[in-house]
Amino acid sequence: MAFAAFGSSAAPVEQAPRKKSWIAWVLLAPGLAYLALFFLTPFVSLILTSLQAPVEFGDVGQYQTAFKIENYATVIEQYWPHFLRAFGYALVATFFALVISYPLAYFIGVTARKWPLLQALMLTLVIAPFFISFLLRTLAWKQLMSDDTPLVHALKALSILPPDGHLTGTAFSVIFGLTYNFIPFMTLPIYTNLERLDTRYLEAGADLYAKPSTTFWKVTVPLSMPGIVSGTLLTFIPASGDFINASSTFLGSAQTQMVGNAIEANFLNLLNYPAASAMSVILMALILVIVGIYVKRSGTEDLL
Amino acid sequence: MAAGTFAEAGADLELVGITKRFPGFTAIEDLDLTIPAGSFFALLGPSGCGKTTTLRLVAGLEQPTAGRILIGGKDVTNVKPFKRPVNTVFQSYALFPHMTVLENVAFGLRRRRIGDPLGKAHEALRLVELDHLASRKPQQLSGGQQQRVALARAVVNRPALLLLDEPLGALDLKLRRQMQLELKTIQNEVGLTFLHVTHDQEEAMTMADTVAVMNRGEIEQMGAPEELYELPKTAFVANFLGQSNLFTGTVTSSSGATIVVEVAGVKLEVPKERAQRHAGEVTIGVRPEKLLLHTTAPKKAAGLNILGPGRVTDVSFSGVSTQYQVVIPGVGPVSVFAQNMVFGPVVNEGAEVWVTWTVDHGFGLLDEPEPGPKFASDTDTRTIAVQTRDELLAEIEEA
Repeated sequence: MAFAAFGSSAAPVEQAPRKKSWIAWVLLAPGLAYLALFFLTPFVSLILTSLQAPVEFGDVGQYQTAFKIENYATVIEQYWPHFLRAFGYALVATFFALVISYPLAYFIGVTARKWPLLQALMLTLVIAPFFISFLLRTLAWKQLMSDDTPLVHALKALSILPPDGHLTGTAFSVIFGLTYNFIPFMTLPIYTNLERLDTRYLEAGADLYAKPSTTFWKVTVPLSMPGIVSGTLLTFIPASGDFINASSTFLGSAQTQMVGNAIEANFLNLLNYPAASAMSVILMALILVIVGIYVKRSGTEDLL
Repeated sequence: MAAGTFAEAGADLELVGITKRFPGFTAIEDLDLTIPAGSFFALLGPSGCGKTTTLRLVAGLEQPTAGRILIGGKDVTNVKPFKRPVNTVFQSYALFPHMTVLENVAFGLRRRRIGDPLGKAHEALRLVELDHLASRKPQQLSGGQQQRVALARAVVNRPALLLLDEPLGALDLKLRRQMQLELKTIQNEVGLTFLHVTHDQEEAMTMADTVAVMNRGEIEQMGAPEELYELPKTAFVANFLGQSNLFTGTVTSSSGATIVVEVAGVKLEVPKERAQRHAGEVTIGVRPEKLLLHTTAPKKAAGLNILGPGRVTDVSFSGVSTQYQVVIPGVGPVSVFAQNMVFGPVVNEGAEVWVTWTVDHGFGLLDEPEPGPKFASDTDTRTIAVQTRDELLAEIEEA
């Protein structure tokens, strides 16, 4: 199962003869109760809502229990570009986050091993953005990238940006925001993995005629696969459901709306609860399928 | 080495004035060493003596502070490890955990684009009798099996020089013997040069043509195993390779073919050609198995050294032989190994005995007699290793 990707990489330990299995159940009970109350119940409610139909001659936002499966077809028809953008942006952002985070994590986890102080400092810097609200940071980027800022002037002067171009409200700024916001989620799992990387394997690679680049692709990357899988999942899943970066108040515009924005709009503005619920269910199902295929294909099951 | 081809024969290894300093201490000091092509060379020493560092320098995993390394006459000092015609069997095995045993063995062959890597890997695995486990992952093997895979992974590349870092450490005695024989067979068959690093003196002696005993970053003595054992030049070698009884005294005469050393009032003779120094305070020694126990005072004879009387303080029966500890007043404890030609020990604890040995069996050491305890009776390698380590640590602290 996809969620196993976040589990420990330890091999299954042989079970001791289980005598007092009730203790385990007692300890599990709060967690199970929590899940039942705050995950299972809303989930069932969400599915039920997604099938509701408007009350005849009722007010806006009045719905009754029904089995209106057409809701799904309607939202797909109406919002398929939003779904496409959501997964497209999330994919690109995940890719860039990986490209930026891997060397960073490698430096902190392997190269900086000799200097624990530098290691601690860099880790703190990776986590530091969490000290400031996610919304504030995204707004700050909006400020930095909006028209009439030195950055935009410079880009226009260099003809990278056309004279009438903007940075905010474009796919670029949305992907930039997503990448920026999820870099710590990518860096930390890869770092924890690389930090345990036994450099003797790299020596063995060099001893067996592998160039440093070959050793990297044949030894280091496969060994850090669990970290890469965790990091990409921790980035891709929330990024594809994100509705902050792409919203017009932040880095996006009407042309960059993702499915998260559509769900938000339907729930809060249009009061079309069934459509919002149907989109949520579709988003969840698609993510599950994509992640399932990914974990299967990345061949990390036996490393998990 | 050109891609796609194997080394056809072993290569000479030459170390010239190698020095390796780590921050805070010197691991190797001005080491010169030549290992002829096709030989099985063992570097023997306690942990921390610099032998593993030497190996890593040859493999290219460390850079020497000074000096040059030549393999087959070519200077490889600045050559990257992956370009050296050298393979290592690591002490930690370092088998890639994400690959099957077969892929591990084929790794080096693939990198060098040698034809039929899997076929050759299977062949190498058959050599170490593990072909039936080829599709397993390394973690699913026992320590001994992993070690054999590591060996196969190195040998399959037919390197001109094979480096072995304590390769048999994790094996039980029976498998160890088997692997020793196999290694020796492989070496004979393919004629490669083997450099074997170990702290196990028995392993070094049974397998190597030449043994170099290393201590504190320097080679104390080098030679054929028999030569090292029969004629150690320093107290360290005398005690590291087997056990020795060492006595310190003053040379009273050095006329004729022998020197006469007075130890606690007794005159002991050592052949001149077996003694490193012929005057002053010297340390002489004799192997415990060369000593004979007598329950009555033996007659003085030419060519015979006599010590005694002393008292037997300990008798330990070890099957093939019995080890006696004899305390001789003024001389200290002396160990004697006696073959068990009759049932049980010949003398019991507390018995009064004399020990004798043929003059030809004695040897004289090069070291200046050290102050403090003259006779290191505790001669097992572990104690020496610990002692050496403590001394090294003390040295580091002073520095």
